[in-house]
Amino acid sequence: MKLTLRIWRQAGPAEPGSMVAYEVPDANPDMSFLELLDVLNERLTLEGGDPVTFDHDCREGICGSCGVVINGQAHGPRALTTTCQLHVRSFSDGDVIDIEPWRSVAFGVLKDLMVDRSGLDRIIQAGGYISAPTGSAPEAHSTPVPKPIADSAFDNATCIGCGACVAACPNGSAMLFTSAKVAHLNSLPQGAPERASRVLNLVEAMDAEGFGGCTNTGECTNACPKGIPMDSIATLNREYLRASLGRK
Amino acid sequence: MSFYRLGDDIADTTAPDVPIEQRWDKRRFDAKLVNPANRRRHTVIVVGTGLAGGAAGATLAEQGYHVIQFCYQDSPRRAHSIAAQGGINAAKNYRNDGDSVYRLFYDTVKGGDFRSRESNVYRLAQTSTQIIDQCVAQGVPFAREYGGLLDTRSFGGVQVARTFYARGQTGQQLLIGAYQALSRQIDAGGVEMHARTEMLDLIVIDGRARGIVARDLITGEISTYLADAVVLATGGYGNVFYLSTNAKNSNASAIWRAHRRGAYFANPCYTQIHPTCIPRSGDHQSKLTLMSESLRNDGRIWVPKNPGDTRSPDQIPEADRDYYLERIYPGFGNLVPRDIASRAAKNQCDLGRGVGPGGLGVYLDFADAIKRMGEAAVREKYGNLFEMYDRITGEDPYKVPMRIYPAIHYTMGGLWVDYDLQSTIPGCFVVGEANFSDHGANRLGASALMQGLADGYFVLPPMLGNYIASTKLDKVDASHPEVTATVAEATGRLDRLLSIDGERTVDSFHRELGEILWNECGMARTEDGLRKALGRLPELREEFWRSVKVPGSGASLNQSLERANRVSDFLELGELLCVDALHREESCGGHFRVESQTPDGEARRDDDRFAYAAAWEFGGTGGTPVLHREPLEFNYVHLAQRNYA
Repeated sequence: MKLTLRIWRQAGPAEPGSMVAYEVPDANPDMSFLELLDVLNERLTLEGGDPVTFDHDCREGICGSCGVVINGQAHGPRALTTTCQLHVRSFSDGDVIDIEPWRSVAFGVLKDLMVDRSGLDRIIQAGGYISAPTGSAPEAHSTPVPKPIADSAFDNATCIGCGACVAACPNGSAMLFTSAKVAHLNSLPQGAPERASRVLNLVEAMDAEGFGGCTNTGECTNACPKGIPMDSIATLNREYLRASLGRK
Repeated sequence: MSFYRLGDDIADTTAPDVPIEQRWDKRRFDAKLVNPANRRRHTVIVVGTGLAGGAAGATLAEQGYHVIQFCYQDSPRRAHSIAAQGGINAAKNYRNDGDSVYRLFYDTVKGGDFRSRESNVYRLAQTSTQIIDQCVAQGVPFAREYGGLLDTRSFGGVQVARTFYARGQTGQQLLIGAYQALSRQIDAGGVEMHARTEMLDLIVIDGRARGIVARDLITGEISTYLADAVVLATGGYGNVFYLSTNAKNSNASAIWRAHRRGAYFANPCYTQIHPTCIPRSGDHQSKLTLMSESLRNDGRIWVPKNPGDTRSPDQIPEADRDYYLERIYPGFGNLVPRDIASRAAKNQCDLGRGVGPGGLGVYLDFADAIKRMGEAAVREKYGNLFEMYDRITGEDPYKVPMRIYPAIHYTMGGLWVDYDLQSTIPGCFVVGEANFSDHGANRLGASALMQGLADGYFVLPPMLGNYIASTKLDKVDASHPEVTATVAEATGRLDRLLSIDGERTVDSFHRELGEILWNECGMARTEDGLRKALGRLPELREEFWRSVKVPGSGASLNQSLERANRVSDFLELGELLCVDALHREESCGGHFRVESQTPDGEARRDDDRFAYAAAWEFGGTGGTPVLHREPLEFNYVHLAQRNYA
């Protein structure tokens, strides 16, 4: 397959960037999208050029490192699929593909397609945990958790922190990310003691990081490779209201 | 014998000489303590934020130590533990199916093919139950039954259901638990976290580990960090094979640099090849993807009986299929340990019965499971794995059988540690996959998560405290000659890589290295093949230093430089891997020497000559490594040939 890649090139955070076109004449449909970039980078290296910088690691859709905007869509055209799990067979011979970094006020570009997502870590640091120091745990079966609650906590806990929700949101909001953590921990009996402070602290940190507000456009959930639902945002809003009203 | 020299034997000197079930209690009781008020005056460096490193950093900070922690990823949540799918073992015996601490201990020693240390394995089994309690308290959403209690399943090499799981994403959920505990400590100021920062070297002063040299991957700045002790939690070295199920950036540089500074490297030839990975699709392949071993609970593995049978699988009638694992190992069937399942797949493909491109694959078929349980139940149990397979191959495993083939997955070898998890460099502790301690020659499924968390949450912290409390350390600062020398060496190495400006890319060297190792030191190893590899590897290393092309500079973000530095270490490690494999003239676990097999093709151990852990002392680049043997004693689980028939 012959593909044309138009890639955002930017030398550093303070440098101007631009789209640069590259031909890849020998793309294989079974390649992953990142392997397509690997092939391009090998060529650029040998030609004395500057290979394209992009974040990636596990390449099996779970670490959350990778993520670029492909033809205007975070993680590209395939639903529930990270960039590393997208394959060239999702495109056609002759296609021109635009590849850009996550675009958001809260994610500065570091170089080319790599952005700074440390704001997401600081949201979790503000209270996205259950305080259970090592060694202090009671026997696991002392607190049964109804299966539907455990399953829903799990679904929310599958968030990989890639930031696609932020990149897809017209407001640059991190509501889906934050709500997934609130819905995971606040629904479990183990998370109940810190239920109110958790939601208040997470939302405060989210705002402080410069993420935008949520206006329920739903682009986040469409872009989410793990299918975190909009319901989680409703859960966050309910938890936030409950905590703000000071109800136990 | 010229490829290595024999040094003095070594012993694990810290496991107390009391009955095995009392050893850990005794060791902890004998350990010296650091007064809680004094702990904040002690700094500990932790490199890596996977299950072992994340758990260690969080726990040490909770106890009051000042922790400086590093990861090369942009967030501690992305360490490769996150990709572990299947589950975590624990001797809870919630199923009432005869499990116990002793049985988990026994299964692990036997599964490791009698090449692990009994004391460590027993402690691991003892600790396992606490891990589950700890994770549940953190909010890890394990799978549950309708009554609200935890569900378990069984895994390869075991006849009880002791594996706790969170759908096919257990590693992710456990790592998020550790990451959240770590995040809490970062917020509280107990952990100073440096993401996107990679360790370049270990600083050793007066024979003790006192810090690291690290590079900020964004700015390229090289800095020193000094401490009272250094904990390496940097994972395994599977990427020495280029293609493996490891993350692309997983590397062995931290442990290899520690090895070069005096830490012995134990059993490098014990590498685990996982039987159920997605076969490679072409030369562009950058990594391999694992399909959880849990699939073998319900999937049936088969190949066409007739070599070269190219009919599509649904056209091959039962009579023309060979469910070879069920045939050869009726007792364990599709659930035999990983090394056995992998080798059996290779044997079938060698006989020309392999399926898919190049004949390098076997079927893993869910048709019977779907008939028996219904598609919905199969989806509930394995849905995410089936989707992943579909995304990668473009085939729907609900309709056509999966194709699988073995791939490098885990490395049982690693830096040698004593019972306290301390390497041969005092003050340098090694936890998780980076050490060699618990799995012998083969790791059982769902035991890596158990070991990582056991080391990080429960084993390391008291032993580290003991070291700090019992060691008088002089103050050092960045102007110490050893510090500046180490920085100069690390900087010089990067400068040299950048200055070569040759004609081959880093990846082309890495690929060639991987191919040599996979062919000569992969699933089946021969003396001839290993000698051939040992002839070629030094040439490849020299060629690398002569003709690698690394674009850009060291003073900014440069992913090619990061890779070049890692591959330069893999090239050296690959040689030691082959030396170890050549010297061990027996088959055991993941190490299969063709010369040492039974008439029916099973691995044959040689306990008289090789019942020891091989700890290698660095002999210089291209030099002769020195072998130190740690004799292994089996006083509880008696030496016996493994039999899974």
